[in-house]
Amino acid sequence: MEELVIDSVTLGSRLIMGTGGAPSLDGLGAALLASGTELTTVAMRRYSPDTGASLFELLERHGIRILPNTAGCFTAREAVLTAELGREALETDWVKLEVIADEETLLPDAAELLEATEQLAGRGFKVFAYTNDDPVLARRLELLGAVAVMPLGAPIGTGLGILNPHNIELIASRASVPVVLDAGIGTASDAALAMELGCDAVLLATAVTRAQDPVRMAQAFKHAVIAGRLAATGGRIPKRRHALASSSFAGRPDL
Amino acid sequence: MAVRKHVAVIGAGVVGLGIAYEALRRGHQVTVVDPSPAAGATFAAAGMLAPVSEHYYQEEQLLALTTESARLYPAFLQGLGPTGHQTNGTLVAGFDAGDRLALEELRRAQLAQGLQVQQLTSREARRLEPGLSPALAGAFLASGDHQIDPRALAAALLAALAEGGAALVRRRATAVVRLPTGEVSGVVLDDGTRIAADETVVANALAAPELDGLPESVRLPLRPVYGDILRLRVPPALRPLVQLTVRGLVRGLPVYLVPREDGTVVIGATSREDGSDAPSAGGVYQLLRDAQALVPAVSELQLEEATCRARPGTPDNAPLLGRITVGGADLPGLLVATGFFRHGVLLTPVAARICADLIDGMTVPAELLQFRPDRFSNSMEGSQR
Repeated sequence: MEELVIDSVTLGSRLIMGTGGAPSLDGLGAALLASGTELTTVAMRRYSPDTGASLFELLERHGIRILPNTAGCFTAREAVLTAELGREALETDWVKLEVIADEETLLPDAAELLEATEQLAGRGFKVFAYTNDDPVLARRLELLGAVAVMPLGAPIGTGLGILNPHNIELIASRASVPVVLDAGIGTASDAALAMELGCDAVLLATAVTRAQDPVRMAQAFKHAVIAGRLAATGGRIPKRRHALASSSFAGRPDL
Repeated sequence: MAVRKHVAVIGAGVVGLGIAYEALRRGHQVTVVDPSPAAGATFAAAGMLAPVSEHYYQEEQLLALTTESARLYPAFLQGLGPTGHQTNGTLVAGFDAGDRLALEELRRAQLAQGLQVQQLTSREARRLEPGLSPALAGAFLASGDHQIDPRALAAALLAALAEGGAALVRRRATAVVRLPTGEVSGVVLDDGTRIAADETVVANALAAPELDGLPESVRLPLRPVYGDILRLRVPPALRPLVQLTVRGLVRGLPVYLVPREDGTVVIGATSREDGSDAPSAGGVYQLLRDAQALVPAVSELQLEEATCRARPGTPDNAPLLGRITVGGADLPGLLVATGFFRHGVLLTPVAARICADLIDGMTVPAELLQFRPDRFSNSMEGSQR
């Protein structure tokens, strides 16, 4: 399967894992390994890189690249400051940009998101923009310099799956940067569907970290993303209203 | 008791004090070293003794320790002064349908471990606690989950230690003394003083890895997990706000209210790894918002205190407890008791029992010794690139 390339970095796995919500550091480590992920995102407002025996040490030990994120930011200003914090602490210009409108929905604030994307791109950041499932907004983010757009399937942590598959497909079909389905994933079939709709990767956290058996769920998503990608590129059959025998007397159409 | 030993305990949090007290009770000579006793996580802790409602998926191993410690608590407290020990149970509430579902599923895992959690109708829950919000989605009763006041417990332990002739040295320990043979023979203080001891217990939480003299092969993987916790006073007209400890899940976030006999209530606790050691405004807001969702009258209380302390977290959420193996044998003279994370108060009696049994050369059941302090040392070294 062809590898995922973002900002000239090649990733062997199309599953990106978040780190929030894990009950223990050991459990998180085991789940990350089971998922096969090569990229993981960490909330710079939630985890200090300065403390010993921490999450960062775990990720470094397992050789997993870190994508710092701006979770918990409500304004473009906060997001830019948090991104700078991540760049300084982790020596990467990658940032997953989250600018949230309110605590109730955790939905992205479109206006602040555009503003922050433009500012961050101007400061040399490689912006992975967490966005609504809005094809117009996704396009605008790409135009402003985002290196990846990350539309949500459903609000963060809900596990509701992909609420608007048509929009996700539209975003994926029009984008010239990688599209990562981010948030809302509940179970393996949701991740497979995201890939079938044309997304380049899937990002999830809660669906693994808050599962009863996180390692088992991580394995499930690893396979689901591979299966979905294969199906997306394998040329599925058209849907028909009537049955069509798999071995027909007519044989292969002779055109 | 076999031999009277001199036991030095580094760290006067509730765990260190508990170990010191048990050693004293068994006739040993005891010295406790701490620049500010009972001022760390002990000062913040709510004191829930909750092996049932604290049980979580895939933490079955820890259950042997938590349930044994809960069982030991009444005997451990005998002879101590007032500790605010209350045995009237814990009510667990779910705020919305998603919270109820999560609690129902967790209850299945708890029942599978033989723990007792009873499902309540909302009417039953509000008959027990009329102050609960009428709009909760579900409730459970864990009658085996009790509470204690950790500040009172620490004061009672300190008083009992003083009365029994134990020494309290208000200085910081910088090292353990190693003899040329390798064994540990006491403590070095920050002014250079040495305290000779037959057994040295490292119970100074997050500061443990900073002690010089510990075997180099041993790595104690501790990290600070900060918690914000509030203390509020219930105006006389509203008393009692609640009688049971009330724990809840509010839109996926945990919160608890622990009523004290003195008319205060403790509301906690956040879990932060952001490195900030002062109470977080967002944390305080979240706690009050979620506590009020469970018990609406929370907004009528007087806010007396917002405290932040660091819990000593380990990679598997279980303590670092017991002796350390060096070169295939236990290192004589050294015991470690740290990394109690969210369970320090609950696990104090069992930690005291285990350490005292090890000091006395007694056999400790294997299921209580599975959290050896050196269990991370080899794997960490092996996987480091």
